[in-house]
Amino acid sequence: MSKHIIAVTVENLPGVLTRVTTLIRRRGYNIDSLAVGATEDPSVSRMTVVVEGDDIIIEQVTKQLYKLIDVIKVVDLTKEHLVERELVLIKVKADHNVRPDIVQIVDIFRARIVDIGRTSLIVEATGDKRKIDALEDAFRPFGILELVRTGKVAMVRGTGEDNRRK
Amino acid sequence: MKLKGADILMHCLQREGVEVVFGYPGGAVLPIYDALYDSPIKHILVRHEQGAVHAADGYARASGKVGVCLATSGPGATNLVTGIATANMDSVPLVCLTGQVASTLIGKDAFQEADITGISLPITKHGYQVQRTEDVERIIKEAFFVARTNRPGPVLVDLPKDVMAREIDFEANDAEVKIRSYRVMKGVNSGQIIAAAEAINKAQRPVIYAGGGVIASNAAEELRQMAEKCRIPVTTTLMGMGAFPGTSYLSLGMLGMHGTRYANYAIGECDVLIAVGVRFDDRVTGKLETFAPHARVIHIDIDAAEIGKNTAAHIPIVGEAREALQALLPRLKTQLELTEWHQIIAKWKDEFPLRYGSPSEGRIMPQHIVETIYDLTRGDAIITTEVGQNQMWAAQYYFYNEPRSFISSGGLGTMGYGFPAAIGAKLACPEKTVFDIAGDGSIQMNIQELGTAMQYKIPVIICILNNQYLGMVRQWQELFHQGRYSYTDMSHQPDFVKLAEAYGAVGMRVNRTEDVREALQEAMQVTDRPVIIDFWVEREAGVYPMVPPGESILNMLGGDLNE
Ligand SMILES: Cc1cc2nc3c(=O)[nH]c(=O)nc-3n(C[C@H](O)[C@H](O)[C@H](O)COP(=O)(O)OP(=O)(O)OC[C@H]3O[C@@H](n4cnc5c(N)ncnc54)[C@H](O)[C@@H]3O)c2cc1C
Ligand SMILES: Cc1ncc(C[n+]2csc(CCOP(=O)(O)OP(=O)(O)O)c2C)c(N)n1
Repeated sequence: MSKHIIAVTVENLPGVLTRVTTLIRRRGYNIDSLAVGATEDPSVSRMTVVVEGDDIIIEQVTKQLYKLIDVIKVVDLTKEHLVERELVLIKVKADHNVRPDIVQIVDIFRARIVDIGRTSLIVEATGDKRKIDALEDAFRPFGILELVRTGKVAMVRGTGEDNRRK
Repeated sequence: MKLKGADILMHCLQREGVEVVFGYPGGAVLPIYDALYDSPIKHILVRHEQGAVHAADGYARASGKVGVCLATSGPGATNLVTGIATANMDSVPLVCLTGQVASTLIGKDAFQEADITGISLPITKHGYQVQRTEDVERIIKEAFFVARTNRPGPVLVDLPKDVMAREIDFEANDAEVKIRSYRVMKGVNSGQIIAAAEAINKAQRPVIYAGGGVIASNAAEELRQMAEKCRIPVTTTLMGMGAFPGTSYLSLGMLGMHGTRYANYAIGECDVLIAVGVRFDDRVTGKLETFAPHARVIHIDIDAAEIGKNTAAHIPIVGEAREALQALLPRLKTQLELTEWHQIIAKWKDEFPLRYGSPSEGRIMPQHIVETIYDLTRGDAIITTEVGQNQMWAAQYYFYNEPRSFISSGGLGTMGYGFPAAIGAKLACPEKTVFDIAGDGSIQMNIQELGTAMQYKIPVIICILNNQYLGMVRQWQELFHQGRYSYTDMSHQPDFVKLAEAYGAVGMRVNRTEDVREALQEAMQVTDRPVIIDFWVEREAGVYPMVPPGESILNMLGGDLNE
């Protein structure tokens, strides 16, 4: 069992997201995260789905998704050289006496403080999963009040085929 | 030209060649019914929307065309659900039109609003809700195109009332359908064809395992040529009955849970398995590890997702069964050296024929009834079935020589399917005699369609194999639950003869073997109304052989003369 990042290019039409998620639910696949958004072409959206499974399951997910009429393209990015990013917002408990420590962590992780409250701060960070997990760990001792992650998005480096991992 | 949405709909249906729509009216579809009033398209008014969708399905399976049904919003639409799922499991091309509340009311829990596009999502090939009258033409075209191409399936089109009522300037657009994310399969990989031909030419114990995809692909003729050219034995799935002539010396009949012993043994021993238009269903394979354990598997299917879904294929061929078989044929050697293999199979056939016992007083063996229907029709009829023992006996004891002569709910196993499907089949093929082989439980699920068959003078013959049990479930209780017949006794039932007569149909009751033939002959003379024959069959007759669920298909109960 391993994690696969699958990029699904779909028609930007109402109901398409439901189609994709219904299929995933109905076939009993395990998804870690799903991110949807617009692309350079307004008629097309892109979903990035992180699925866990062995090769047979991933092959089935890919083929079954591809069968949906509104799905234009399905690519398993796991075998490619990728840039992967995820965005996280963390609301961390921050009394005056600990604020310097928090700011230090923010600097180390090249994150940003985007809101300052009386007793809390909201920190924004992007990165791959490992970085975000590490950031979460670093803040935990202070008390994480709220946390939201977007789910992963990914893109193949360079122009594609020539980058395929050997 | 100024046209209302509903008129555009009629125009589109006609252009698709639709001759008949099975439906039931209601508030949200009033504009559509108003347009139907002047349309040359025939409308069959059913008695329950489930009847409409099964009839459209039977029509589609018998004719090979797309079946069309129509229901109103809310309860009308939800009544279609079982039928849509039935068609989806068996890959039947349907366009299901549902009315919807006016677009301004959608999402407001309006009167008779149900989210049928959402509800039907996992049980359709595709679905649409039409938002603008301007889109009606494109969407209807796409719906038919998607339903019938590649792996066929049901497509739902939800039509809000205002979209149907609105008038627009309409000019027909005859351009071909283009969906950028959906392409029709063409051609097959020639490398794979060569590999498959090599494997077949070297085979010593090959078997063809053919299914519903052969029928969908109109490939029965190519399949017969291939089998006869190389003398390869053929077994078919329930859905593949008729894909290969049942009377051929190469036929092994059905395989799987209630398959023949010789078909299942042949699968167990074969060295090359040629799987065509099949989906390795669990009712067929039993325990997967012991299914064709010695075979190189060639799998021909139009749906790439079927390849490797349940079991690995050594030589996958993705494409139309017909094209693949056409490409294979010239590469195959004539008459492989298979004498030894044929001898082994002949021995199994001798040793393990299908067989059944004799009835008690006042009862008939159900298998005998099916055999007599075959005898009288010589296979020149359409047989639909309900679900359960009746369905299995219909598959085992009748020889299907033509594709589309056996129509049954295989994947979903929907009780109540057979009778409305028979109505649809008869409308598709009026020259054929149509029988619904039924159980007393199943027939009560859509018996109301007697009204429809009467109204439109549709002569189908319902043969109830009446055991006063939910027989198939009773059989499982007998075998796997120590004979504890928990709620499967249905001996409280209507007098089916009087019931038929109440509708104006013909009713007969037969409880002696010697009367079976005559009753059937009499029924076949009736040309203007349905007939019910209530056959009193041996109450605890069982379907054998039987593979216990989850076991190897080589471990069959029953059907062994030495037992
Ligand atoms: C009570 C009960 C008992 C049953 N017992 C048995 C049993 O003993 N034996 C048995 O066989 N079945 C049995 N069934 C039926 C079983 O559940 C399945 O419905 C059936 O086996 C599936 O048949 P199939 O593999 O031919 O697939 P189908 O459901 O007919 O699917 C067709 C396949 O062909 C492909 N296809 C479609 N169009 C094309 C094309 N143009 N070209 C190429 N490929 C195409 C599709 O992608 C699909 O993979 C039973 C059902 C019930 C209700
Ligand atoms: C709609 C539906 N409900 C329940 C079942 C489960 N089921 C399968 S076979 C069967 C018994 C069918 O009884 P009957 O129609 O009398 O046929 P028999 O098996 O006696 O020939 C039942 C209840 C089903 N297949 N479909």
